[in-house]
Amino acid sequence: MTSSSPLVVADNLTRFYTVKSGAFSKPSVVRALAGASFTLEAGKTLAVVGESGCGKSTLARVVTMIESPTSGTLTIDGKTITPDDSSARAALRSSVQIVFQDPYGSLNPRQKIGRILEEPLVINRPSMSAEEREAKARDMLRLVGLRPEHYSRFPHMFSGGQRQRIAIARALMLEPRVLVLDEPVSALDLSIQSQILNLLVDLQDQFNLAYLFISHDLSVVKHMADDVMVMYLGQPVETGSRDAVFERAWHPYTRVLLSATPVADPTHQKDRIVLTGELPSPIDPPSGCAFHPRCWKADSRCQQTAPLLQSAELPAQPISQPSAPPEAGALNHYLACHHPEK
Amino acid sequence: MALLEVVGLTVEFKTANGQFRAVDAIDLTVDTGDIVAIVGESGSGKSVSMLALMGLLPWTATITAERMVFNGHNLAGLSARERRTIIGRDMAMIFQEPMSSLNPCFTVGFQIRESLKTHLNLSRRERQHRAVELLDQVGLPEPEKRLAAFPHQLSGGMNQRVMIAMAIACQPKLLIADEPTTALDVTIQAQILELLVELQRNSDMALVLITHDMGVVAETAQRVSVQYAGQKVEEQPVLPLFDAPAHPYTSALLAALPERSSGRHLASIAGVVPGQFDRPAGCLFSPRCEHVQPLCHEQVPSQTQRDGASVLCHFPLDRQGRPTHARQDHDSQNQNQNSQTDVNQINGGMQ
Repeated sequence: MTSSSPLVVADNLTRFYTVKSGAFSKPSVVRALAGASFTLEAGKTLAVVGESGCGKSTLARVVTMIESPTSGTLTIDGKTITPDDSSARAALRSSVQIVFQDPYGSLNPRQKIGRILEEPLVINRPSMSAEEREAKARDMLRLVGLRPEHYSRFPHMFSGGQRQRIAIARALMLEPRVLVLDEPVSALDLSIQSQILNLLVDLQDQFNLAYLFISHDLSVVKHMADDVMVMYLGQPVETGSRDAVFERAWHPYTRVLLSATPVADPTHQKDRIVLTGELPSPIDPPSGCAFHPRCWKADSRCQQTAPLLQSAELPAQPISQPSAPPEAGALNHYLACHHPEK
Repeated sequence: MALLEVVGLTVEFKTANGQFRAVDAIDLTVDTGDIVAIVGESGSGKSVSMLALMGLLPWTATITAERMVFNGHNLAGLSARERRTIIGRDMAMIFQEPMSSLNPCFTVGFQIRESLKTHLNLSRRERQHRAVELLDQVGLPEPEKRLAAFPHQLSGGMNQRVMIAMAIACQPKLLIADEPTTALDVTIQAQILELLVELQRNSDMALVLITHDMGVVAETAQRVSVQYAGQKVEEQPVLPLFDAPAHPYTSALLAALPERSSGRHLASIAGVVPGQFDRPAGCLFSPRCEHVQPLCHEQVPSQTQRDGASVLCHFPLDRQGRPTHARQDHDSQNQNQNSQTDVNQINGGMQ
């Protein structure tokens, strides 16, 4: 494992959508993803956390090339993805796969498990024979903790946890290097959640997979992640190693998220920061720092100028070149705030 | 006398494949000012039991109970008309999905005033005044303006506040909150939980909180009832429950929490919750239990007590987390050792 260059490098990725607000009014722009930069190494997990509407699922769609970014560059395995080169994108797609949140909605109810698992091979490995495909699908079933005889069953015969195993098996069929996990356990019960998380850990160790782990559950993130990126309204507000974000959270929003997460310990001392107000609309984001209308430290500077994502330890050094961070690959502690809670 | 007393509540559904028992002999006692949490995974019957209390289940459900008394009224023998005078007034419920529980065709003001009109003898003006007061109480800014809004114009958190305003409109004695924060973000969840606890504290209302989130339970509840596959497997005050669970299921569930893990792997419970056709004989948790004994596969356990905890298990865990049968073995071993030392002492004395 001497991967000196990171597997995925995202540089200032944005994704805007235009929505029609009426027959005669100008269409407005939803800034769903407003500039995210990160690096992801093989065998590592980068967790993306934030509330609904913060752009974490849009990020997942951009990284898996389901959608192309409005601007910014995405480099996977040393190859840069350009919006117009569809053949290069198709080639890279098999190295990035995704597992969706809802295991009930993401499997076709009319296909048998075998067909679901083989479909990626039919499309991307046309030279493979039917026997080889079937053998591979049965192997994969065993690998994710299902039995080979499940091959000829339909999705409705499985429980939620088993379906999520099938979805993971499907994602692994093309032997990807990056797995995007979009809330993979939030639809599952607690006792099933731990089974799936253990499976993901085992698979990561076995195949040296890189995970982009999207979740709103901070206790799951704390267990899984190596690096954490906290997003608010389409932008990362704080990034860093797991310990940096959980132990030395300096952005007020990260503090809020950490304090709002219920702790399963009745003796835990609550010092909950309860925010007033709701998440602003990404159609009409606030001026300056996006968090300032809800922040207790906000002043006139926060209203006027948006803070840049800067190194938390060494201030006044904006990361203009995130593709070449000081320590190769590892996310250092960066935050975007004028008044960090140090 | 308890505000709500339920003994042996059983709910069965008529399905195409025969009767399905969703709730199996549940007991629940709630006093005024209590916060009781009902925890369980999906399919544990926690929502169904509360819907049965409210009389909101469809006709396919058969509800039987030894005793089902709320505030002096026997809920089991109540006619639909009599029940309607109680639910919504003395006993109210908040549902999980605020968006789909509100009627999209009416303004939230209309929907709040509707319950006031049904249950309280207030004039039109008084109702409007009370509706404004309620929205203010649940922390919605500009309540007069919000009353004219339709549900789609408000966010999920705001709609949940409207639902709470509707539920507390007639100052109920019992509020049942069915996963009130599951559909909401953590920061909004924190706001709603604070609000519910504050309302409960200020009005001496009893609160039954249905949830699957152990974190919410730990931070909110006073007493916890754990359900598994339709049965109540354990009931304890919150502190001892998290400290020393008595049922192996509760213990395994707590061990599966990511924050209690050490190392890369989490403790997990093998297998799945039994469904309609694979219900085991004996204890329902026996196929997944790590302390399982031959007796568990044969005989259905009955509720037993372990210092303040009521638990449905043949071999409840002791304070150190050991099952009773292990402790018996351990004790007998100790006794053997003791008798050995006695012998040694005797021998020593002889010398």
